[in-house]
Amino acid sequence: MAYLALKRVEKLFGEHRVIKGIDLEIKQGEFVVFVGPSGCGKSTLLRLIAGLENIDTGSLHLDGRDITNLPSSKRDLAMVFQSYALYPHMSVFENMSFALKLAKADPAVIQEKVARAAKILNLTDYLERTPKELSGGQRQRVAIGRAIVRAPKVFLFDEPLSNLDAALRGQTRIEIAKLHRDLGATTIYVTHDQVEAMTLADRVVVLRDGQIEQVGTPLELYDRPANQFVAQFIGTPQMNVVAAADLPTHGDADGINVPTGGFVGLRPENVSLRPVADNMMTGTVELVEALGAETLIYVSTSKGAQLVSRQNERTSLKVGDRVGVEIDADAAHLFDAQGRITRTGHTREALAH
Amino acid sequence: MTALQTNMLIHWLRTFAAWIVTLLLFFPLGWLILTAFKTELQAISVPPLVFFTPTFENFLIVEERSDYLLYAKNSLITSVASTLLGLALAFPAAYSMAFFKSKHTKDILMWMLSTKMMPAVGALVPIYVLAQFSGLLDTRTGLVIVFTLSNLPIMVWMLYSHLKDIPSDILEAARMDGATLWQEFRQVLLPLTMGGLASTGLLCLVLSWNEAFWSLNLSAAKAGTLATLIASYSSPEGLFWAKLSAASFMAIAPIVVFGWFSQKQLVQGLTFGAVK
Repeated sequence: MAYLALKRVEKLFGEHRVIKGIDLEIKQGEFVVFVGPSGCGKSTLLRLIAGLENIDTGSLHLDGRDITNLPSSKRDLAMVFQSYALYPHMSVFENMSFALKLAKADPAVIQEKVARAAKILNLTDYLERTPKELSGGQRQRVAIGRAIVRAPKVFLFDEPLSNLDAALRGQTRIEIAKLHRDLGATTIYVTHDQVEAMTLADRVVVLRDGQIEQVGTPLELYDRPANQFVAQFIGTPQMNVVAAADLPTHGDADGINVPTGGFVGLRPENVSLRPVADNMMTGTVELVEALGAETLIYVSTSKGAQLVSRQNERTSLKVGDRVGVEIDADAAHLFDAQGRITRTGHTREALAH
Repeated sequence: MTALQTNMLIHWLRTFAAWIVTLLLFFPLGWLILTAFKTELQAISVPPLVFFTPTFENFLIVEERSDYLLYAKNSLITSVASTLLGLALAFPAAYSMAFFKSKHTKDILMWMLSTKMMPAVGALVPIYVLAQFSGLLDTRTGLVIVFTLSNLPIMVWMLYSHLKDIPSDILEAARMDGATLWQEFRQVLLPLTMGGLASTGLLCLVLSWNEAFWSLNLSAAKAGTLATLIASYSSPEGLFWAKLSAASFMAIAPIVVFGWFSQKQLVQGLTFGAVK
């Protein structure tokens, strides 16, 4: 049974419909990530769940109770803000105990719960400091600590890592994943970073323009995208999507049967580069990104299509070199002119089954 | 001249200029204080006297002729009451404008400010008539209402500029933590706006204390403030410079001392929004 259920939830800002009828069910203990480009409504959706914005139509149920019109303070949810939003005039201890104090918890219980959370988050030595005296990463941990001491029904994270530098972001991401494993709390996490979405989520909700494009596990989204948007949004580098007209007309020989005006989608790992040979699509190397473990090679084909190829070996290819381009036709996804999927490509893993 | 000498010269010129400006600004006040300790004859002597034997006679006469303490009490009550009333009205207004911005928030703020652009005398007759009809002429209540209303635009502006620097995330975090509106205000918003409230309050206290136009027109013997006391020494019977100066000195002394002590707070508050 759904723990948190959104039914036909809509939100209007003036005349503008920013959330257009969202239906979503989240199970207890699940880690759900809302992902999408900026302006897709993912933060607004989170704020609707939090009660920081009013739901215009539709309903919201939590743990069997209708909370559509309940104020934030009564919903028993905790939120970690992008800006951390720590109380600047309170110490770390006071920040973390604020909610418990408001709930009139026993001081001994407060002391114990804060101490435990501080220990988990490595904040024990900083409890007497004010937020101003902490580094960005420590502030982030206080914000998380403030949420976990309460043991709320659902944790809400609003792009919590976007103010951290790259190294700290990776580290904190791992900590959040570990924390979720340890606490088993229902979590909704908003991000525009699909790597965070892929690594943290049990299920990912891809949003665009106030609507859900697809809901699924990270690998489902990667292997079986519902449409061109999801296909291109999930995965770095992006999936190659090429107009069918720009591919050589091997036609049925490659098993690719593209609808008229349609597109072919190929993951970078399904594009390989070979020495130029007869009867082969050719291209010119435009850019080589050597990342160490993997190499990304950007190629412009003779027909003008742009493709990126990912390989696990290093390469001696240089910008301007002519190469033969081989594509794994089995793995190709096909989309019609509207971007709807008409054939899902096979992944090697899927074939192995 | 070496560069060092040039720099020294510029430095001295600047210091000299600063002193000239300061003395020019201070001169009227300084002269007022000197005159307060002269006899009436010394006060109007030509050439003006700089050295003389000071006398406290004027202060005694002022206290004897008119009840200084009554006027001081009126000043104190009206300025404190109008400040408190003003803060109570301006804070919710500024809060809603800072945190629940609408399309017309900027227009409302501009409209409020525009009321300060009209000369007060333009509203004198209607306000006088209103005060008369409601029996508020020469009452402290009447003055408190008028002082509050005339300071309200400034108070809303000052508080607004403080409040809009507070990230709304912090208030939302408090709401998520389970705070009611009152708890949010009392435990999060108020501690964060203390500086803004203090400087706004201080400024309005000073403005109300010094207010002369409305107190002269709407009050007389019963509710008159120190401003009316000073003015009464410039009367049709003659101008009594020394007594006028003594009365002025007594009227401004409390607020000057007060301003001296609260200077830091005041400056901090006034520049808070600007430099952050």
